[in-house]
Formats: sequence, structure tokens, C-alpha cells
Amino acid sequence: MSKTIIAENISHKFSGRQVLDNITLSAGKGEIFGLLGPSGAGKTTLIKILTGQLTPDSGYAALLGQDTRKLNPHARRQIGAMMDNFGLYERLSVCNNLAFYADIYRVPHKAIPDILRQIGLYESRKTAVSNLSKGMKNRLSLARALMNRPKALFLDEPTTGLDPVTTKEMHRLLTAAKEEGCTIFLTTHNMFEAQSLCDYVALLGQGKIIDSGSPAEICRRYNHLNRLKVSLKDGKCVELENGRTAALPLSQYLDADMVASIHSTEPTLETVFIELTGKGLNENDEYAGNFQETTQRHAKK
Amino acid sequence: MKMTNTLAIFRKQLKDTLKNKTILIQFIMFPLMTLVMNRTVQMEGMPHNFFVNLFATMYIGMAPLTSMAAIISEEKEQNTLRVLLMSDVKPFEYLLGIGAYVWSGCMAGAAVICMAGRFCLTEGISFLCILSFGILASLLLGAAIGTFSNTQMMATSITVPVMMFFSFLPMISMFNATASKIAKLTYSGQIGLLLGQPGRPQADMKDIAIILLNLLLFTALFTAAYKKRGL
Repeated sequence: MSKTIIAENISHKFSGRQVLDNITLSAGKGEIFGLLGPSGAGKTTLIKILTGQLTPDSGYAALLGQDTRKLNPHARRQIGAMMDNFGLYERLSVCNNLAFYADIYRVPHKAIPDILRQIGLYESRKTAVSNLSKGMKNRLSLARALMNRPKALFLDEPTTGLDPVTTKEMHRLLTAAKEEGCTIFLTTHNMFEAQSLCDYVALLGQGKIIDSGSPAEICRRYNHLNRLKVSLKDGKCVELENGRTAALPLSQYLDADMVASIHSTEPTLETVFIELTGKGLNENDEYAGNFQETTQRHAKK
Repeated sequence: MKMTNTLAIFRKQLKDTLKNKTILIQFIMFPLMTLVMNRTVQMEGMPHNFFVNLFATMYIGMAPLTSMAAIISEEKEQNTLRVLLMSDVKPFEYLLGIGAYVWSGCMAGAAVICMAGRFCLTEGISFLCILSFGILASLLLGAAIGTFSNTQMMATSITVPVMMFFSFLPMISMFNATASKIAKLTYSGQIGLLLGQPGRPQADMKDIAIILLNLLLFTALFTAAYKKRGL
């Protein structure tokens, strides 16, 4: 089956800095592909290349079977995008924003009330976008991106800064789009989002794909990161490798009646990413790195 | 090229301007001032339709230029243009939609100024034709500035001195010989001279050539800005 999104050996430089280095990936129909990486890893640049906004220095990118450098109008009408800062007309009302894109995508205006009901913004249809909360703007931006029932949807950090309820609502809308056969390409530095939503993820670090696969597959691959987390009665917490080496210290803690609880901590995409790059996915990269160092030191002790 | 896209952009801009006081005031201010001043201020020895010609020249130097630059730079800054161009809208369709809107808005203002002048039909048509070329030249310059600028702040800092130069130069040229020589080379100066002629304005080949050269220059500037920065 032909893939909806294809990137082959994509490399790109900005002001002499290698932003993307030999990126190869693909996503098929009805798949959600997650590109994980910290801020500045090159995620947005890759979206720009895949949507034909930017021509890579080298490599080949194809969308819906067409070279992204020569996307025809028919292909363009089948793309939806939600960029990091919405791109909504702030002075126009919610309804007028959608009406404008309905004209562009040749969607009948009578469909707008239904779309607004689906995203829970029908009551705010006459409100100017500037008066909406970030979560509402996010939903509106997603509704606009989904308005033309796209075959490929690009989302640049769609849930950054959103509360859990809105995030869950966004995930519901995305899952519904996926079930309709839409291929979704999203960038995120939220590992929970990637783990719960994506069929396939690629970890991007310093412009390179450092690993890829389904979230479960990746975590299984790095099962050696599985740790035993022992909470002691004196309030301390000790992490031990989940293997034979843990037997001796564990028995010592048990003999001394010091153990309050024992948990097994399976590797997550974040722990895998930290293992591979020494950095976290979030803004608090240093904190994540320091935390890892601290726990490792504690475990050694 | 799809006219439906251009019309959608035109309609969107109309709705947006009604809520954008900065742009709205550009369209309304000079026509309103002309109506008020032409009716209230009457001095002995003042040329016929003095305020009509003065404000019309200032209007074409200011309104299209600032509106066009502000609209394009705002869309670039807020990323709305990026999203729009990712859908099935071509840069030319966008520019035509915005350009047609600004031109129509300014022509409506010009019609109000024309009404204030109480011209006969032929004079009125000539007046509007002259202004339409001025608006077009100013619009091209505004599009060049808007395309070159990445932010509204940048556009404003370029627009203000350029706008002051083109809109005030015809007025200053009335009092200064050097300014008068420079003004004759600009489209606003030429339009000021044409409007200032008593009776039906008659443009000779030299006047038309200067205005056309200005139009060509601004088209070249816009092309250079588009090639350098894109939309």
C-alpha cells in the first residue's frame, strides 16, 4: 500500500546549522505518526518540508503521492494543518473564521453549525477569537484544519499548554479523524500524548532520528531500563535495576524491615529518550537529566 | 487562478476592517475632513476646491500605502498567511484579493472627496480616474513594504517616513522651489498638479510618463521584496 507521507534522506541547514540530518520516515493511511523531540530539534522544519512550505537542501519528500515541491491544487485541498500559533483571525468571530475557510475549501456554510457543535464552540460562535481561551482557540484551529476532511493532517504541538480536559477532547477529535482514514502527523514533546495516541513514533534528537517504531515496541526494546523503585520507611526512595543485581540490596532492605513499597517502573518514551540523548523531551531538560543522575547515584549507593 | 478564493479574501478583509479601527480610520479620515473643511472654511483668495485637492493628494499618499502594508505584515506576523497559503490559495490570489479590497475602499473614499468638490460629471470622472492611478501606485508601494516586513512594527517604521514623503511633498512644494522640483518626479506630486489645474484636468505625455515610471518602479520594488522575503 502506498504511503500518504514519505520523507527520504531529508537534510536541511539553517544559517550553517544542521537542523535535519538524513531523515527518513513514512506514514500510511489512517495512521497517527508522532515526531518526538525537544524544542528546537527540527520538528517544525520537517512539517514545513512535508507540507511544501520549505524545500529541503537534499532528499525527497512526498505527500499523497506527489513531490511536496510540486503539490497540485487538488493535493493541497486534501491537507489540513494546525500550526503552533493557531493562525486564526483574531478580530473575526469564531463563525466568520470558519466561514472564510469554508469558502476557500468549498465547504457549504450550512455545515458550520454542526462543526461548531462537535468542537463545543457553538455557544461562542459570535465571540471574537481574541476573546477565546487558549483551549478554545486550539479546538477552533483543529476544526478549521479538519473542515475539508483532509487525507493528511499536520499538527505542530497541538496540546502544548492545554489543560487535561481539553487535551482529552483534542485526542477524541483526532482519533475520530483517524478512524475516517486521515493520516495524522503530529509533533510533540509530550510523551504521554505520543504513547496514548500514536501508532508509530520517531524520536528526533539534534536533527537525527535516533529511534523509531510503535511506542510499545520502543519501550520493549529498552526493557533493560526497567527499574525497581523501592520506597523506604524512612521516606527515602531507591531505584534498583530490575534483575539479579537487585536481589542482594533488596533482601537487605527486607531483612532490616525498611521497605514501605516496591514498584516496577517500565521504560517510557521519555526514559528511552533520556537514555539515548542524555536530555529530556520537555523544556526542563536539565532537570530531567539531573533527576536521572541523582537516581542513578542513589541506586549505586 | 480562482476568483472564488480572491472573492473570499475580499469578503474576509471587509469583515475584518469593520473591526479594525486602525485601517478603518485610514479610509474615513480624509474624506470626512474634506467634507467638513470644504464646507466650513472659506477664505478670500483661496483657490477653488483647495481642500478637496489638498486632501485628495494626501489621501492617495497615505491610505492605500499604510493599509496594504499593515494588512500584509499583520497576516505574516500572526501566521494567518502561512496557514492560508498552505490551503489552496496562491500568493497572487491573496494579493489580488487584498489589493482589490484596499483599492475599492480607497475609491469609495475618493468618491466622497469628489462629492465634496461638487464637480460636473466629466470633471468628476477625470478626478476619480486620476486618483485611481494614484491609489494603484500607492498600493503597490504598500504591498512592497508589507511583503518585505516580517512584523507590523517593521512595516510601520518603514511606512511612516515613506507615507510622509509622498503625501506631504505636494503641499510643501507650494512653498518651496526645490521641493517643487522633487515633487514633479513623484506620482503624488504629479497628481497634486493635475488636480490643481482649473477646470477639467488635462494630463500631457510627460505627466503620464512620470506616473507610469512611478508605477513601474513600485512594481520592481514589490518584485524584489517578494523574491527576497516571499509571502
